[in-house]
Amino acid sequence: MLKCRAATRLLSEELERKLSFREVLGLRFHTLECTNCRNFGRQIKTLRQLSQSYAQGASVPDQPQDSASANQADDRN
Amino acid sequence: MTHTNPIQNSGPPPGGAPATTTSLLADPVFLADLRRQMLKFAVLQLGDPHLAEDAVQEALVGALKNARSFAGRAAIKTWVFAILKNKIIDQLRLRITDNKRLAYPDAEESNDPDPFDDRGIWQAEERPHVWRDPEGSIEQQQFWRVFEACLEHLPTEQGRIFMMREFVEMESHEICAAVGITVSNLHVILYRARLRLRACLEDTWFVPKEFAPEVPSC
Repeated sequence: MLKCRAATRLLSEELERKLSFREVLGLRFHTLECTNCRNFGRQIKTLRQLSQSYAQGASVPDQPQDSASANQADDRN
Repeated sequence: MTHTNPIQNSGPPPGGAPATTTSLLADPVFLADLRRQMLKFAVLQLGDPHLAEDAVQEALVGALKNARSFAGRAAIKTWVFAILKNKIIDQLRLRITDNKRLAYPDAEESNDPDPFDDRGIWQAEERPHVWRDPEGSIEQQQFWRVFEACLEHLPTEQGRIFMMREFVEMESHEICAAVGITVSNLHVILYRARLRLRACLEDTWFVPKEFAPEVPSC
């Protein structure tokens, strides 16, 4: 039976390569019973989504911090 | 998530007449925000502030040279960041051909905290909780400050490698060539970076320690 250490390692590798049938089976049996590792698996997928958002400029505010957006086109001079 | 637009009822919707790259980048507040975040993004990955500055400058010039129309700020920042990503990849590739491989100290590996006990089971303090509303966090400036701080807390090369994979999405073999490691090394490094990052984000943002409910084992 897989322990959490090995299961989390496989969950991380699953984002990098195709796991073997045996690995997938072991992992599914483990996560069926282990909430901790199930949460870990979700979190590292979230981590990937957050990274992609960050790399697309999500940290730049969409709206100006104040509500001066009405003037934005006339600010050139 | 829902932004109320103050000019919605007093004029044409912003999407009606698409702004050009030039007009959006002429907005000093937007340009300053954009530039600051591009620089942060580039410094995190290149380490060197001068190289980062150059990459940002080139990306902005490139964006202006090929000015297009955009339906708003969200679209232009995605586009400008995509250009910046390519500049960063060029820089990282240059290091490979220059044979200036990134040093990866082996000693770093043993410094990683171990969240598991002797039996290989999560230690009580380290058990992952459910993260509520990660999509909502994306909208918050404060979240990104925490995210950047957590990245900066990673051991330098571990962080660099994580960002090569997850930010600029380089292929495994290319990262391995750049850093001079095997694929299985790469997988271990990414695993360790993920363990650290998830712990940092959980403790400082999603489930602050003082509010963390006790989680049963498995």
